[in-house]
Amino acid sequence: MPPHRIGRSTARGSIAIDAVFDNLDIFAEGFRRTVGLSLFAAIAALILGTALAAMRVSPVPPLRWFGTAYVEIVRNTPLTVVFFFVVFVLPQVDIRFSYFTFAVVALSIYHGALVCEAVRSGINGVDLGQAEAARALGLTFTQTLRMIVLPQAFRNVLQPLGSVISALIRNTSIAAAFGVQELTGVVQRLTTANPDSVIAVLLGGVVAYLILTLALAGALALTERRVASAR
Amino acid sequence: MSGTPIVLADPPGPRGRRRILISSILALVVLAGLVTLALLRLADKGQLDGELWSVFVDQPDLRTLLWNGLLDTLRAALTAMVFAAALGIALALARTSRQWAVRIPATAVVELFRSLPVLMLILFAYLGLPALGWQLSAFWALVLGLTAYNGAVISEIFRAGIASIDRGQTEAASALGLRPLQIFRLIQFPQAVRRMSPTLISQLVTLLKDTSLGFVIAYSELLRSGRGAVEFLGSRYALPIYTAIAAIYIVTNGLLSALARWLDRRQSRRLGGRHAELPMDAAAATAALPEPSGPDSART
Repeated sequence: MPPHRIGRSTARGSIAIDAVFDNLDIFAEGFRRTVGLSLFAAIAALILGTALAAMRVSPVPPLRWFGTAYVEIVRNTPLTVVFFFVVFVLPQVDIRFSYFTFAVVALSIYHGALVCEAVRSGINGVDLGQAEAARALGLTFTQTLRMIVLPQAFRNVLQPLGSVISALIRNTSIAAAFGVQELTGVVQRLTTANPDSVIAVLLGGVVAYLILTLALAGALALTERRVASAR
Repeated sequence: MSGTPIVLADPPGPRGRRRILISSILALVVLAGLVTLALLRLADKGQLDGELWSVFVDQPDLRTLLWNGLLDTLRAALTAMVFAAALGIALALARTSRQWAVRIPATAVVELFRSLPVLMLILFAYLGLPALGWQLSAFWALVLGLTAYNGAVISEIFRAGIASIDRGQTEAASALGLRPLQIFRLIQFPQAVRRMSPTLISQLVTLLKDTSLGFVIAYSELLRSGRGAVEFLGSRYALPIYTAIAAIYIVTNGLLSALARWLDRRQSRRLGGRHAELPMDAAAATAALPEPSGPDSART
């Protein structure tokens, strides 16, 4: 597709890094949008996922059914298809937002299911003996949950939750295909505009994503060490 | 999984049971209300009209189109699965190598591929490689991008599986005089695959879902075909056609997951008794997987 090698580049060497530095402000704009998408979608997905997890362990059968159905359906649907539903089907019933909001909605719907599974596995990962011992000591249901189970579940849940958020950050790139000029969208646009420095632009995008995902991994490792030392 | 939370409280007495019953009815009413509201809205906007939904019967071309799209999706997914498995094995082997000159580049490659969006990797193959003088079709760009990402993830799954094998196994093997490559091939790899099969299959489901990114680079997979159909028939047909596509994905992935469960059951039956809990161990080891800290810290 890209009509490569159009004059300029051969004169200045094969990789024209200028295309990145000349457009640093466009990159920064895309970076900000990626961060914004990730932040809003992460918050919404955490809330939705926790609510779903609560439904899935609740003693009320219809809530359990709903939680299970939601997770099974959404987990087996590609995120792109979720995007299609949000971006193309919602306007059919006169629900219209900006593409950015649509992207946040699609990302939240999809990752909510993943958050639910992470949280649920965390709660189930707490040894039953812990709860039994707490009950034997005479703690009530709320005390058991608050003082014994949830703190340990939080520790268990940190790592899987971190990888869900990391996946979310990477998946924001799909919004590029639906009219949001975030990092991947910027990369796509700049590669078309600068056919002779495609590689440089792509590498710029790679570095930007690495900054995000590595920062998250670092923050997670730090939190984990802190939580571990509290044991 | 289910039934565990009972320990948290005494079994519900008559009052508790009544409260659960009332909440159930309430929840059912609320859920039914929400569904009705959604359906009313859809009907109001003419989204439930019969001629919209009979499009699959009226238009035999649409069925052929979606069927061909599904075949293209499966073709890309299967090709990428084979390549990703091969790359995963190679990277896992390289990462456990004793030579640092092999280990360190492999680690760098795995961490790099795992930290990037799949879409970026696909775009790199689609836009970047031609710029370097290597022309390749949308199919191969998609396969290459998916292979890079999933190969890295699968190598981590293998590594976690190998780490969860009792160390005495490797020690016994080297005491018998096996070379490292033989140990990997005969001792570690078969056990790692067996333990990790549930995780592996769920990664394959992810791969299958990610083939839908092919629509970005104009590869004619299922989603792209559906989009084409909607553009041709009119945007009113978005709901029925995308619903059909979602259903196809859900069924296909469900079949893959069913395969995983079947493998899992067959394996625990075969191992039986003492080893029956092995897959659970492996699952615990994978819990630590997606983060760079590695599986070694999972269970100590």
